[in-house]
Amino acid sequence: MFKDKTSMMMTLLKGRTLIVLVLLLIFFSVANDNFLSTNTLLLLAKHVALYGILAIGMTYVIITGGIDLSVGAVVGLAGMIAGGMLQNGVTLQFAGVTLYFSVPLVVILTIIVGAFIGWLNGIIITKFGVAPFIATLGTMYMARGWAMLHSNGATYSSLAGNEALGNTGFSFFGSRIAEIPVGALILVVIAIIAHILLKKTVFGWHIFAIGGNEKAAKLSGVKVDKVKILVYIFSAVCAAIVGLITASQLEAAHPATGETWEMNAIAAAVLGGTSMAGGIGTIGGTIVGAFVIGVISDGMVMCGVSEFWQMIIKGLVIILAVIIDQFQRNMEAKMALQARNESKD
Amino acid sequence: MAVNITNGPDVCLHAEKISKIYPGTKALDEVSFNVYKGKVNVLIGENGAGKSTLMKIIAGIEQESEGELFMGEEKVHFDDVTEAREHGIGIIHQELNLFPNLAVYQNIFMAKERKKGSVGLDNEYHIKETKRIMEKLQHPLDPHTIVGDLRVGQQQMIEIARNLIQDDLKILIMDEPTSSLSEQEVQVLFKIMRELTAEGISIVYISHRLEEIMQIGDYVTVLRDGKLVDSAAVEDIDISWIVQKMVGKGKSYPKRDGDIDWSSRETVLEVKDLSLPKKGGGWLLDKVSFKLKKGEILGIYGLMGAGRTEIFECIMGLRPEHTGEVILNGETLNIKSITEQIDRGFALIPEDRQREGLVQTMDIGKNLSLSSLKNYAKGIFLKSKEEEANIDKIIDEIHIKVADKRLPILSLSGGNQQKVVIGKGIMTNPKILLLDEPSRGIDIGAKTDVFEIMNHFADAGLSLLVVSSELEEIKSIADRIIVLSNGIKTAELAGDEITEDRLVMASYEGHNSGKKN
Repeated sequence: MFKDKTSMMMTLLKGRTLIVLVLLLIFFSVANDNFLSTNTLLLLAKHVALYGILAIGMTYVIITGGIDLSVGAVVGLAGMIAGGMLQNGVTLQFAGVTLYFSVPLVVILTIIVGAFIGWLNGIIITKFGVAPFIATLGTMYMARGWAMLHSNGATYSSLAGNEALGNTGFSFFGSRIAEIPVGALILVVIAIIAHILLKKTVFGWHIFAIGGNEKAAKLSGVKVDKVKILVYIFSAVCAAIVGLITASQLEAAHPATGETWEMNAIAAAVLGGTSMAGGIGTIGGTIVGAFVIGVISDGMVMCGVSEFWQMIIKGLVIILAVIIDQFQRNMEAKMALQARNESKD
Repeated sequence: MAVNITNGPDVCLHAEKISKIYPGTKALDEVSFNVYKGKVNVLIGENGAGKSTLMKIIAGIEQESEGELFMGEEKVHFDDVTEAREHGIGIIHQELNLFPNLAVYQNIFMAKERKKGSVGLDNEYHIKETKRIMEKLQHPLDPHTIVGDLRVGQQQMIEIARNLIQDDLKILIMDEPTSSLSEQEVQVLFKIMRELTAEGISIVYISHRLEEIMQIGDYVTVLRDGKLVDSAAVEDIDISWIVQKMVGKGKSYPKRDGDIDWSSRETVLEVKDLSLPKKGGGWLLDKVSFKLKKGEILGIYGLMGAGRTEIFECIMGLRPEHTGEVILNGETLNIKSITEQIDRGFALIPEDRQREGLVQTMDIGKNLSLSSLKNYAKGIFLKSKEEEANIDKIIDEIHIKVADKRLPILSLSGGNQQKVVIGKGIMTNPKILLLDEPSRGIDIGAKTDVFEIMNHFADAGLSLLVVSSELEEIKSIADRIIVLSNGIKTAELAGDEITEDRLVMASYEGHNSGKKN
């Protein structure tokens, strides 16, 4: 009897974020008739795509037991790198020429810059033994500074490109295919890849092993440093992609874009059941977490709740989620012990 | 020869039939113990004999499950350290519990601060008292010195000083205080101990160093497997008496076949002049050489800190600063990383199952396949079917009792967890298996299982290196034993040469030769 009750409770606990999401959707659709319309939901998807992609990278990092505070700044930097290349090209002083790259090339170069920041994070953390919080706090400031320097703090506002220079088409990432925002489609693609990578590959399991017990992972032959560096690169690449989408959606690149977005990414991951202690987390959970945050924001906007109240409510939801998470883990530990005692008898 | 353990006027604290039960094990079994007034009372026994548990009960860190403590005629019971302190009992742990970031006087008066007014600290008093006590200990130190900057020996003095600031100190418990001291510092410590006993303070002294016990001890109590073996006045006994009592007889484990002619077997691994420098001078390993034959189980015996684990760390690539040669099948290895060593056919079963062996957040199956995952990869993807099949095979082969391999690893008993760690190593198809204290913290039944697994794989042609600090175990499981002491190989014994007396004697030899020069 008790056992059935506990297992039912566990199922409810495990699905709690999804339950919360459904409850929120019901609540807001009652509160506002327009909420459950295709348009609102597509807009929601467009917003969630940004946090969602960041949160996927963040989930990888947090599963290894780390944290990446630099992603928001990388969003800003990526926008500026791409924007600068599209609007002004790259001037080679010594040759006296200005080069303009096609949009695919701009995208690739921007992602490479993002990957570089991630690589830097990984190197500082693994080779110099700096705590991830501090290392990525440092690169956060550096990336933001770089973004500001890029235009002296100004906005790049003509990203449309020039037919004659062959660099048009950047607006694609902010557009819609069959009414669905391209950003949301990219989220889906990245989520699927990230999920498979995490669950079906050696790399993925090594990520879990490092977060669960780094020492044991190392002694088992896991190349801890290499895996960690790759994970930070992955996170930064996700951030660079978000930077590209944001710039394309706004048709402008501003150096302050993405400020505090890392917090939304962390919140989404944690809401989705990723353990800050490392070793536990799923991409599916993170996506649901990102949607919860999105629904709260968008829903409250539609209901006319002030932005200040939104922040308070978001904070409460996050803390509540972690308390329930703690509760679930205690319960799991108890059940494991129970199983252990039973097997002894 | 043995003394009667009853309460009397010369006894400061009397423990009457103390038992301590942990879930699953009895750490202490009706042990009686006397702390004689103004004497050095030595407790000795193998690792896991129950010495530390008994001390923790007397110091109030743990509580007895059964039995009674008396101080004089009064029956006492300590719920925590503070209560024990109020009765004048202080303890110095083996690992120092100091605040390296704080000054000497702050360390000494931590949580015993004297206040000026209601909040202010009376640092003038703290500093004055610190000076007085350090002078009494013949270690005049500037009270403002940061403790982290002091040598270990000096830090030990601070620990003693912390216990002395209370005027009513009656019993001072010292858990292996000399393990990190130089010979000179040991002599200073002994001098202080004699002064303390002259003042009427009783000392309880735990040590592994037998000569020290003869030098400083007044009474010796020997524990084995949580039971009291014997107790005697030091003047009535000698070292061999202690060894004999410590070793005892009893447990039986699966025994190795003694009739194999090892000289004709091929050498799989040869280690030549393996040395590892110690931080701050000296050697953790000092020119250690040995050979390992195919299908052989070679035991490495020694006390804690003798360099046993360090040999494994060198071989596995965790200590790149080592010197000397490691030769595998005739090829001298250039050891760079643990991953590379695993690929070459080494597998390590670490000493600390929880900290180094298991990933607690992963299930049983994944813990088993963690080391060998890349063998099941096709491109970047895992061939789950092959992985599962191999997990099932190993669970079956080494008899891990699991209901479902997808259950959390912590749902297993300690013995089965240990089998998972061993299974993880086996799954990499090693040629050489390195096991560091493979039977630590598991019950007798599981120990026997683990030894049978080791025999099984040795018979199948695997070569095994086993570190153990339990005499009975290593005697029965190993074909040959090398003894390490203070980083030096002091003996290599095979067949009939393996006796407990010789093992114990050799395990202390390195300290003598090392200290005298």
